[in-house]
Amino acid sequence: MKAYTLILAIALFLVSCGNGGPDKKSGTKESAPVDLTAAGATFPLPFYNVAIKNYTEKSGQSISYGGVGSGGGIRSLKDRVVDFGGTDAFLNDEQKSEMPADIVHIPTCIGAVVIAYNLPGIDQLKLSNANLQEIFMGNITRWNDPQLVASNPGLTLPDMPLTVVHRSDGSGTTYIFSDFMSKISAAWESGVGRGKSLMWPVGIGAKGNPGVAGTIKATEGAVGYIGSEFAFAQKIPVAQVENSAGKYILPSLESISAAAKAEIPADTRANLTCSSDPEAYPISGFTWIILYKEQNYNKRTRAQAEETVKFLSWLIEKDAQALAQQVNYAPLPLKTVEQAKEILRSVVYDGQSLLN
Amino acid sequence: MIKSERVVKGILFLSSLLIILITAGMMLSLMNGSIPVFKEFGLRFIISSQWNPTEGREEYGAMAFIVGTLLTSLIAIVLCFPLAFSSSLFIGEYFQGTRIAKIMGTLVDMLAGIPSIVYGLWGFYVLRPLIVDLGLNGQGFGVFTAGVVLAIMIIPYATSISTEIIKMVPGELKEAAYSLGATRRDVILRVLIPNARSGIFTSFVLAFGRALGETMAVTMLIGNANIIPDSLFGPGNTMASVIANQFGEAEGLKLSALISIGLLLFVITGIINGIGKLIIKRFNS
Repeated sequence: MKAYTLILAIALFLVSCGNGGPDKKSGTKESAPVDLTAAGATFPLPFYNVAIKNYTEKSGQSISYGGVGSGGGIRSLKDRVVDFGGTDAFLNDEQKSEMPADIVHIPTCIGAVVIAYNLPGIDQLKLSNANLQEIFMGNITRWNDPQLVASNPGLTLPDMPLTVVHRSDGSGTTYIFSDFMSKISAAWESGVGRGKSLMWPVGIGAKGNPGVAGTIKATEGAVGYIGSEFAFAQKIPVAQVENSAGKYILPSLESISAAAKAEIPADTRANLTCSSDPEAYPISGFTWIILYKEQNYNKRTRAQAEETVKFLSWLIEKDAQALAQQVNYAPLPLKTVEQAKEILRSVVYDGQSLLN
Repeated sequence: MIKSERVVKGILFLSSLLIILITAGMMLSLMNGSIPVFKEFGLRFIISSQWNPTEGREEYGAMAFIVGTLLTSLIAIVLCFPLAFSSSLFIGEYFQGTRIAKIMGTLVDMLAGIPSIVYGLWGFYVLRPLIVDLGLNGQGFGVFTAGVVLAIMIIPYATSISTEIIKMVPGELKEAAYSLGATRRDVILRVLIPNARSGIFTSFVLAFGRALGETMAVTMLIGNANIIPDSLFGPGNTMASVIANQFGEAEGLKLSALISIGLLLFVITGIINGIGKLIIKRFNS
């Protein structure tokens, strides 16, 4: 009986400490960590993995992000089973209105789609917009085609069959590529169009970035499109592509980042393909985190909401953006970081802002 | 004793019932998932070979995949037949019971245990360059490449059953034939094959069924072009392969189209097994 009361006393003491603790220490130290869960796009997964690991080591905050694809990320947020979702394609007005409450988009980094090729002895290749249209619509079938030769003065292109390699699975990479192609070519827009998977007029399909890259590597004369983060990591030769200013641009973290320097809407819902910035690589795109504007839903605590916003504001700032570059994603330009910050400020709990 | 018998009977009944329920449930959920696409396209879904997932221009037809599936499996069974049949004769008749037959039998069975991704890799790195070198096709991907790998994959299924069937042909029959002055060839052609043919045929039907549903190795080699192959060596796609490829990001009508392809594969496998049974019946009568 005595022992019982003692335990009760200790428990009461602990509980009272627990109540008083965060109030006293708020602002100076972390409150008790809450678990955050998220799910979504696989494209930024390597970046999110390293960022989350780093953030957890630094703050003790545990976050799990499941790579389930953009569609899965949107669905999970819609079903309110995650704190935030990830997507490579922004939700258009119609999709936004289908969500149970207002959501916001936070861009986290920029990726690109590069044109990879396998031509023995050639490590520099320029492809004009017209070239890309003719290649991917199946009208150019050999590498020494006069149109390709004209774009590459001084280069001896081999008399070799050209094999187009594309994705066989549905993918945001294909969406960005087809969005770019639709912008530069009316024939493509009416004949093929935009989408995560397409009706390909020509070529061989392979699964995932590794599948396309592997097939290109193993096939002389192959050309295809791959996510930049994968191509950079694997050091695969990539072509220079003509941008809106008519300049041939080699994809690099700088030229991809430049794509977001052009004017973009305040809510950041924009495709970065064919950016008007003269130094921009034209086949680029944001990847976003999406979350509810009003964070008090589904019995979420204020602590959860605070941690979510705190993590996201860290993710778009320079420490995390430096990590992004280490894993071959282009960082957000400062202007975009400011825009994203402004959006995060609009995220509220019971109508109160969570970020100052 | 009677009680325990009843228990056993009950358990057996329940487990067989469960299998029937699972099959029926699968069939039902496949049918249920297929409704939207059949409502939209009707019979055109089966006979059209257009596969356009682009939003606003959606058009789904399964013909290209049906052709791809049947074509790869036919190539496989044609290439598999001489190899599997002769090795089952080797193991079950010519060298029956000898050490070399046992080693051979084990090796063939081992082929069945190799994961299909390994066959895919072998096809990608060894067979595909060979096909390019032979000049059959510019990049080596296609229906034929997939068919060759499928042939090797189904050899063990056809061989091991055929071997058992060949072994089961009564020795007396063979001895009687020999005593009448028949040569070994005569025995095989006139005694062994007529006696074992329905079993051997069954083994190839099973192997064919296995080829119809194979996914991973095919995906890696067929080229995944959603069109009716323009030649024996051209790229195409199969039903199982398109489902595996496109399921991840599919929703709405496209998801329904993929489920319908699953249903069609189910039906086609059923039809082929049915035809097989009919032919066996004819053999036996």
